[in-house]
Amino acid sequence: MSILIIQILNSLFYASVLFLIAAGLSLIFGVMRIVNMAHGTFYAVGAFTAAWLVARAVALGVPTIWTFLLIPLGAVVVALIGVVIEPLLLRPFYRRAEEYQLLVTFGLLLILEDVIRLVWGGLPLSADPVMDLLPSIHIGGLIYPGYNLVVITVGAVAALLLWAVIYRTKFGVMLRATSQDRRMASALGINVGLVYVAAFAIGCFMAGLGGAIIVPTQAAVLGMGIDALVLAFVVVVIGGLGSLQGALVGALIVSFVRTAGIQFFPEMELAVLYLIAAVVLLVKPTGLFGSV
Amino acid sequence: MKADVSRISYRPKLWLAASAAGALIVLALLPPLIGLYQTQLLTYGLIAAIAALGFNLLLGYTGPLSFGHSAFFGIGAYSVAFLLRDAGIHSMELYILIGLPISALASALFGYICVRHTRIFFGILTLALSQVVYSLALKLFWITGGTDGLRVPRPTLLAGTLSFTGAGAFQRFIDAYYYYVLVVFAICVVVMWVIVHSPFGKALQAIRDNETRAAFLGLRIRRFRWMSFLISGTFTGLAGILWAPLNGLTTPDVLYWTFSGEIVFTALLGGFRNFTGPIVGGIVFTYLKTYAVATTEYWQLLLGVVLVLLVMLLPTGIVGAISVAGKKLGLRGNPP
Repeated sequence: MSILIIQILNSLFYASVLFLIAAGLSLIFGVMRIVNMAHGTFYAVGAFTAAWLVARAVALGVPTIWTFLLIPLGAVVVALIGVVIEPLLLRPFYRRAEEYQLLVTFGLLLILEDVIRLVWGGLPLSADPVMDLLPSIHIGGLIYPGYNLVVITVGAVAALLLWAVIYRTKFGVMLRATSQDRRMASALGINVGLVYVAAFAIGCFMAGLGGAIIVPTQAAVLGMGIDALVLAFVVVVIGGLGSLQGALVGALIVSFVRTAGIQFFPEMELAVLYLIAAVVLLVKPTGLFGSV
Repeated sequence: MKADVSRISYRPKLWLAASAAGALIVLALLPPLIGLYQTQLLTYGLIAAIAALGFNLLLGYTGPLSFGHSAFFGIGAYSVAFLLRDAGIHSMELYILIGLPISALASALFGYICVRHTRIFFGILTLALSQVVYSLALKLFWITGGTDGLRVPRPTLLAGTLSFTGAGAFQRFIDAYYYYVLVVFAICVVVMWVIVHSPFGKALQAIRDNETRAAFLGLRIRRFRWMSFLISGTFTGLAGILWAPLNGLTTPDVLYWTFSGEIVFTALLGGFRNFTGPIVGGIVFTYLKTYAVATTEYWQLLLGVVLVLLVMLLPTGIVGAISVAGKKLGLRGNPP
């Protein structure tokens, strides 16, 4: 029984990180109609930045309790990178064919992967002190790290906040208007360029946050972003590209299937996920919640 | 369409055949001049060209962008490794004869699923399916060797008349294999040329340019896309079959989706809007990557910058740019 609870918690933990990545990907696609192949790499940049900051702070003798505050900084850095990249690299491509948009973000992926290696080297970086800060909790005789509950909470709060921003604020209305009809929104006086930058920055922030909060539990390694991207694709394909609920439900489905997979059929775990995505695309091409 | 038909008159065709024959002769004379290493590199280049040629039937002539062609390349390479290990086959001809239907079967299956979608969904679906193959190759390590991959020693060529053991075997193999690949490459180019200039190829281009109009003309869009996917995947599979013995090892890396990205890159580099683009792209990309890897630790960065610059400044690729420049100078550009 307690194993079941732990497995459910594991799934939720994994789902909240996946949701952060996939929701960003989905938001960017929903507003800008660009599938960002470098999105997973943004997640990796967030992880590396947070891990590096924590390691620096610990080395400088900052009390570990304060290192907690450094985690969100990783996400902020990624958002700033997004603010620079959108006008510089992506803006020239909105009117071009889809292939070019995919390719330019693929080029960005190649560049960023090596920038990570250039800045932080090839060795894994971890931020264990943050993880050790929180006590473990006991579930029916089994020990579970308290930090994982924080991650689950962050995921849930992020989902709520994002929902509130998109559906309950003026900025959200602008965002949705732009995503539905860019020219009409522009004609109505919305600064579409600004909305695009904001949407891209929010998407990047979420990917970075996903990386930053996972890094205390597992080290940041090269290639983590490329792996994460494909899983995020699976999530948005199941849930529907451009849909927030879809990203949430997709992340939950993928996480539970993956946890079950690791338990019962470890060899097929990843293959099953990709097959689920393929089946969803066949049966309902727009995904469970998509309307594209 | 009408203009196109009249343009392909007798004289340009002869001119084209002559220039193709000229290029082939140059390629055939090269090895003694450029040495062993360059010959090996050029062989890799020709193989990449075959893969890109197949890929381009889909992207350049039919429209959809596949991000899963690594699957067919990898299936070709792994079928060679399996044939060697489990059936004890050492003959290159048998590899091709058995490997081609396997690649065709895989492409037919993948294509059947993927052509139901267009645009971005097609790309993601091909990516997802190729990742299924990748994760199986990675996880079923007792069959595929996992990340270690499978070794593929030098096969015999021409039904066993040429075998490569003993002293200097490597050099003799590369020398012979270069011509072997060159012949296969020439056959591929001719076959692909015939395909894209046949009524079937014209139908594909009609679908690419305007799907609705093509449907009204009575073309069965999905069937044509499927056929195109099948041929495209089989060509890429053939490239994988040829690649495995040259590389001596096949690993899951060639199944990973970033390798599909490299195939797309190759086609774009040469220019996917014309016939010769992917061929040039395959050879240039091989050299570009080799020298990038040799000169800097951060070769991915270099390739990424080249890709971004290419997409921004030179979207028609090398061949496209040359033919535009040629037209501007009043010369005749490369034939499309």
